[in-house]
Amino acid sequence: MNAAIAESDHHDHGPAPGLMRWVTTTNHKDIGTLYLWFSLIMFFIGGAMALVIRTELFQPGLQVVDPQFFNSMTTMHALIMIFGVVMPAFVGLANWMLPMMIGAPDMALPRMNNWSFWILPFGFGMMLATLFMPGGAPASGWTLYPPLSLQGGMAFPFLIFSIHILGISSIMGAINIVATIQNLRAPGMTFMKMPLFVWTWFITAYLLIAVMPVLAGAVTMLLTDKFFGTAFFTAAGGGDPVMFQHIFWFFGHPEVYILILPSFGIISEIIPTFARKKLFGYSSMVYATASIAFLSFIVWAHHMFTVGMPLSGALFFMFATMLIAVPTGVKVFNWVATMWRGAMTFETPMLFAIGFVVMFSIGGFSGVMLALAPVDFQYHDTYFVVAHFHYVLVPGSIFAIMAAVYYWIPKWTGNMYDEKLGKIHFWISTIFVNLLFFPMHFVGLAGMPRRIPDYAVQFTDFNAIATIGAFGFGFAQLLFVWVVFKCIRGGEKATDQVWEGAHGLEWTLSSPPPYHTFTDQPVIK
Amino acid sequence: MSILKRLSAFSVVVASLLAMPAWADWAVNMPRGVTDISHKVYDMHMLAFWIMCVVAVGVFGAMFISILNHRKSKGAKPADFHESVAVEVVWTILPFIILIILALPAARTLIVQEDDSNAEMTIKITGYQWKWQYEYPDSGVSFFSTLSEDSRNARRLNSGIDPETVENYLLDVDNPLVIPVDTKVRLLLTANDVLHSWWVPDFAIKKDAIPGFINTMWTKVNETGTYRGQCTELCGRDHGFMPVVVEVVEKAEFNQWLAAQIEAQKEAGQLADTSNTPDKISEANNESAVAAN
Repeated sequence: MNAAIAESDHHDHGPAPGLMRWVTTTNHKDIGTLYLWFSLIMFFIGGAMALVIRTELFQPGLQVVDPQFFNSMTTMHALIMIFGVVMPAFVGLANWMLPMMIGAPDMALPRMNNWSFWILPFGFGMMLATLFMPGGAPASGWTLYPPLSLQGGMAFPFLIFSIHILGISSIMGAINIVATIQNLRAPGMTFMKMPLFVWTWFITAYLLIAVMPVLAGAVTMLLTDKFFGTAFFTAAGGGDPVMFQHIFWFFGHPEVYILILPSFGIISEIIPTFARKKLFGYSSMVYATASIAFLSFIVWAHHMFTVGMPLSGALFFMFATMLIAVPTGVKVFNWVATMWRGAMTFETPMLFAIGFVVMFSIGGFSGVMLALAPVDFQYHDTYFVVAHFHYVLVPGSIFAIMAAVYYWIPKWTGNMYDEKLGKIHFWISTIFVNLLFFPMHFVGLAGMPRRIPDYAVQFTDFNAIATIGAFGFGFAQLLFVWVVFKCIRGGEKATDQVWEGAHGLEWTLSSPPPYHTFTDQPVIK
Repeated sequence: MSILKRLSAFSVVVASLLAMPAWADWAVNMPRGVTDISHKVYDMHMLAFWIMCVVAVGVFGAMFISILNHRKSKGAKPADFHESVAVEVVWTILPFIILIILALPAARTLIVQEDDSNAEMTIKITGYQWKWQYEYPDSGVSFFSTLSEDSRNARRLNSGIDPETVENYLLDVDNPLVIPVDTKVRLLLTANDVLHSWWVPDFAIKKDAIPGFINTMWTKVNETGTYRGQCTELCGRDHGFMPVVVEVVEKAEFNQWLAAQIEAQKEAGQLADTSNTPDKISEANNESAVAAN
């Protein structure tokens, strides 16, 4: 096919006019944009819930909410942040960037792509509607442990159905990503030439396909226990409440890596660009990612050392969990080695990437401590755990997503964002996120359990600091929204390459890229 | 540069806080506790903590040296190395060795923790929404332990009572568990409704109470005193309001207390028929043996 014919073939295929463009679109960039906006809106909803939690915890005593509503807030905050913010944001980034990075015209399954986004708002609409139902929103924690979750009121079946929908959306998104990466790579783009963001998403997609059905099964068993007389998780009927925890965490631990592996990919793109030096140890990065994915399937019971498992089981899960530190360490060392003797500049994406490496590592250190079963009996279900997973998720995953937006938004919009505001956003976020989460280590070690609306007075001071951090971090994100709007509306024009040290196919396209990416296949030497 | 400054300032703060364990309102670390196990756990925790600090200093140190020196504004030219099998092998094996250093003592501690044989007495703990029941199967004594009235009044939404004025706010109960000092006590845990978890930080023991199943753990406390903990598994609306309080007393004092309880419960007609008690105990023993398998 020569260029002239290709041109006429695609002549009429610009975006449809008006709002219907967004409803009927099968274009990977439009769908990526939808995912990213959706994620941002949910970020503020989930964040508002976090602020309710932190407001109640500002001082001891109950001042603002009923304990039941407090439990609903912790439950909904987690579900929204995990399924509504981090996962959709990563899928949005994948939609935008994967075809551009591997030299494909679009995603492999564009109609399914539309569907996998558009069921999400309905799933979350249903989940949020439970807030207004009699008995209130689910309040059993996002882990939904029975028998407590079975005590839920009218909200319970709505939550289960909503989780089914989110699961279907994730699985469809993952199938699409696998199909795209396996089939639509440009000639010469062999697996070991793929950018790391593509690699990490490829592995993440397989994790999603493997474990989302497990979650669907677990919550369906809860549903039948509640409404259809089964007793999977009821001892009186021959079941076992702990079995739910095993099934849940068999999903839950790979899920943890679903929430972090794409961040590893993003950071592995950004650091080489701003260090102006190739990524150190590309192949070991790929193997490390694959090892982490494999290990994620055999460590689940470290979330439940206190259920009373046999000694041999506890030993196995302790050793297997500690092993994860090895490939994760390799990744961090490789990032540092990439910076070493580079020629670094510190634009906003690089600042967020460095912040990620430091604070994600802090979360990793507490992770190794938590892996030690005998000590975990002290840490388990305290604020030490809350500090740990928020360090890997907020200055971890969320910072990586912010880094990715700053890194690629000039490509998406054709305009440079306001660098000064971006840097201010980074510094305010970093200071407050540490004020928010670092004191949680202390109160956790000193004995404050998680998921409590009120606490003994000796925990007051650090909780007050954390609440100040929460409000600072929350409001700093309004600045992020402003930077994004400003960039969309205009600004200094971006070049095709955008960043001096940027390499890869996405930077060979114009900024903004044409509506249809690579109508002619590029060839990779 | 400012990251470095902030981090070093921060580590000074952390170090100085760690050096002041007596600063009660700003407690930053795990209590060392009052059992041999809790001492082992504390040492394990500190070992892991310091190893992580050393690793952090190494990794972040290299990173900040690089950030300070290898910047374009200082005229740095990028090197072009990007692979080294030798280096990769070294930093795969090094963490592995560090992990073994941590894993060995951890495994040893865990084995001791899980060995509940040769217990000198047994107590059964049952979790309810939202209180604990303590039973002494040998004598049939049994009672409930709920949040003390002062805390209950103060914890109501907008109660107008300042928690600071309540002694042991949220950590006090009407009837504490009483156990003798220097005695290996086996604790059988179960629940009557949803999952609960029984934790006393000073003993370094925590285990879930699961309806329909019996978990076991044990403790041997070296010092008399009152020790406080909380439920640590989300169990519904008042999860935050079912504390654990254990009074550890001299053996003679314990026997007196138990005799008084037996007397009081006989008078109130609450004491279970003693002829059932041996069955109950053997039943509990069997179940726990099954659970241990």
